Amino acid sequence: MIFGPSGAGKTTLLRALAGLERGGAARIAMEGEDVASLPPGRRRIGFVTQQAALFPHLSVNANVGYGLHGMARDARVVRVLEMLRLVGAEHLVGSRSSHLSGGEAQRIALARALAPMPRLLLLDEPFSALDGKTSDELLARLQPWLRERGVRVIQATHDATDAFLTHAEVVLLRDGQIVAQGPGFEVLQAERERLARSLNVAQRPAS
Amino acid sequence: MDWQALLLTLRLATLTTAILLVIAVPLAALLALGRSRWLSLIEAITALPLVLPPTVLGFFLLVLLGPRTAVGRGIIATLGHPLAFSFSGLLVGSVIYSLPFAVQPITAGFAAVNPALVDAARLLGADMPRLVGTVLLPLARRSIVVAAVLSFLHTIGEFGVVLMLGGDIPGATRTLSIVLYDQVESFHYAAATRTAVALLAMSIVALVAIYATGAGRGLGREMAREDRRG
Repeated sequence: MIFGPSGAGKTTLLRALAGLERGGAARIAMEGEDVASLPPGRRRIGFVTQQAALFPHLSVNANVGYGLHGMARDARVVRVLEMLRLVGAEHLVGSRSSHLSGGEAQRIALARALAPMPRLLLLDEPFSALDGKTSDELLARLQPWLRERGVRVIQATHDATDAFLTHAEVVLLRDGQIVAQGPGFEVLQAERERLARSLNVAQRPAS
Repeated sequence: MDWQALLLTLRLATLTTAILLVIAVPLAALLALGRSRWLSLIEAITALPLVLPPTVLGFFLLVLLGPRTAVGRGIIATLGHPLAFSFSGLLVGSVIYSLPFAVQPITAGFAAVNPALVDAARLLGADMPRLVGTVLLPLARRSIVVAAVLSFLHTIGEFGVVLMLGGDIPGATRTLSIVLYDQVESFHYAAATRTAVALLAMSIVALVAIYATGAGRGLGREMAREDRRG
């Protein structure tokens, strides 16, 4: 979980991990393999951005199947349907991708990113277009599936509830720097203490 | 009406446009998406024909591709005849002359495609050819049409390059614009008027056809941009 205010560099960090940013990181280790020299398409990373970035000229099916290029046609159709079912979008099969609501588009983007079975999923504020109940329900379906296949997830969020009420590891980002890292409740505690200290310092001159 | 010249002109314009589209698409993809430092140089070179006087281009082709140079001798060996004073020579000249008119609109069209889509395609494993074919081309269709029309019309109006390189050979290098020139030189003004009207008509028909399909909405902007740049 990458947590930080807007502009802290969460998106940039995710993009750097995916290989979309020029320059930067010398070494990115995934499962013991240095992927920094691999092009984005070969890192087996799925990325869902804030704007779903669906291909507007392709249907929902073609979008979800885009990463399955080497697959036989029948196997591809099966995988696409399986993914749509996973994200709760079976009813959108065969639709055009340009008339979807924000929430539907994010589901399709998720299906598209997961279809090639990546080993890492990067999520950039992915549930911003969904209401709380829908995103909880979607997460509930996804988590077992992801755990089963050993897919690690890195999620960027500015929603404190998301970040600190999970058991996940939290990376706190501020102004492009990592200022804290650790289990959610520890980072939260450290932040509370830091805030308290800075308030005490401010009060002393006045008294 | 010199039908032979008319057909020759149309043949030259069509072939030039076809060749240019094949060359321009990969070049434009490189220019729009690439990150190398050399790209500014390539961009400048493809823009050169915009500022080069056509007669100068024709002259250089005449000399550089003639029997005095190694390249020229190679061409004579391959084709059996020198490039100058032949249709193939005109074709080479036309392709170079109209190169920026094909490359620049397509580059602009590709660059205008939402970068998030390019990133998404890359992450999903698309290599450059697949990226161009499945994402860039479908979303930049209008710019392809603009490039094709500009190249076609530019070739029809070509004069300086043809004059230098062509040799005014009927059926091979005597295009309509050369015919017009000859007719004026020999004071056949009535015939010259007919030829000029034919040239004008071809341009208008092509433009109207394009604007009628709606793809022309970008054309005016593209032509204005070319004027300002050239």
